[in-house]
Amino acid sequence: MVVGERKPFDEITRMLEGHKKVLVLGCGGCVTVCLTGGQDEVRVLSSQLRMARDKEGNPLEIIEKTVERQCDPEYIDEVQSLVPEVDAVLSMACGAGVQFMAERYTGTPVYPALNTSFVGGSKKEGYYVERCQTCGECKLYYTAGICPIARCSKSLLNGPCGGSTKGKCEIDPEVDCGWQLIIDRLESLGQMDRYEEIMAICDWRSNRDGGPRKMIREDFQR
Amino acid sequence: MADFEPTIVAFCCHYCAYGAADLAGSMRLEYPTNIRVIRLPCTGKITPVFLLRAFEKGADGVYVAGCLEGDCHFIQGNLVAKPRVNYTKKLIQEVGLEPERLEMYNMSAAMGPRFAEVAREFTERIINLGPSPLNKNVKIKKEQAA
Ligand code: SF4
Ligand code: SF4
Repeated sequence: MVVGERKPFDEITRMLEGHKKVLVLGCGGCVTVCLTGGQDEVRVLSSQLRMARDKEGNPLEIIEKTVERQCDPEYIDEVQSLVPEVDAVLSMACGAGVQFMAERYTGTPVYPALNTSFVGGSKKEGYYVERCQTCGECKLYYTAGICPIARCSKSLLNGPCGGSTKGKCEIDPEVDCGWQLIIDRLESLGQMDRYEEIMAICDWRSNRDGGPRKMIREDFQR
Repeated sequence: MADFEPTIVAFCCHYCAYGAADLAGSMRLEYPTNIRVIRLPCTGKITPVFLLRAFEKGADGVYVAGCLEGDCHFIQGNLVAKPRVNYTKKLIQEVGLEPERLEMYNMSAAMGPRFAEVAREFTERIINLGPSPLNKNVKIKKEQAA
């Protein structure tokens, strides 16, 4: 899933300066799972914003709403009647959701309440870790299912750097050396021959396809 | 502003703190009348939303009272609540409220006197902090106002 973190409260209040009525819009997708942009977070942020503005004697009216996913047109159509009622939309989705809202509702400013952090998963509730950097050319076959781009601090492709010590990375003794993890797992799977294969320099053209990427399933096009 | 009548919301779990409140009542213990008790099945039910909405509606102080640690009827509801209360302290601080306006207490159902004591202590604390800037109808103590 996409993991996002709430922006600092000051930054959000600054974005809303001058606005009298806003829609705080949550997303029921990834950011609900990582507890930063779902229904509960919409309520929390809305309460905070109203309180902060009330204190200044400059009240802010808020419509609170959460849709299934902000990265799907069907779902953001649901707020069609609400958007004209507000001066701005504060989206609590990832950057994709914010942009889908902005593209759909061209006449209203749409602001991000989150910083989109990474593609990862939940170790446990409230604890999220990065696992993929969407490089566009997955290498997990060679690396025993452990991503060298995301898990090696230097995104090296052929084994650890000289800073790897006792299985830890030199950037921080808490961080596992991604390459140590890869080698240990290749070994236990009896696949060390894959480590012997030299991986070519990463073709970063696939990383962003030389620009914004798209993925089209022709069989679903109408 | 040390002489106002604060409004305090106490979220109490059914099995311990609410029992303690009940006991305090049957023991005829006196405690300030500022406390508005809201009963929860378990403090594990608490989320920042509950606490923030209480402040938003003008509560001067809010506390959560659960079972003693290790004694939760639902095993660890009170341990779930504790970090949430701490997290919400940060949220109210961002808005400009003192984090001391929010607290978590633990007590057993047999601790009627402790319930009364917490009510007194916390009321005192809030009186010292003064009214919440979000409290629209601050009540000044009758004698003073007269
Ligand atoms: S808008 Fe972003 S956070 Fe929400 S479901 Fe889509 S990708 Fe996930
Ligand atoms: S190799 Fe690329 S696609 Fe595969 S997990 Fe790593 S970053 Fe993601």
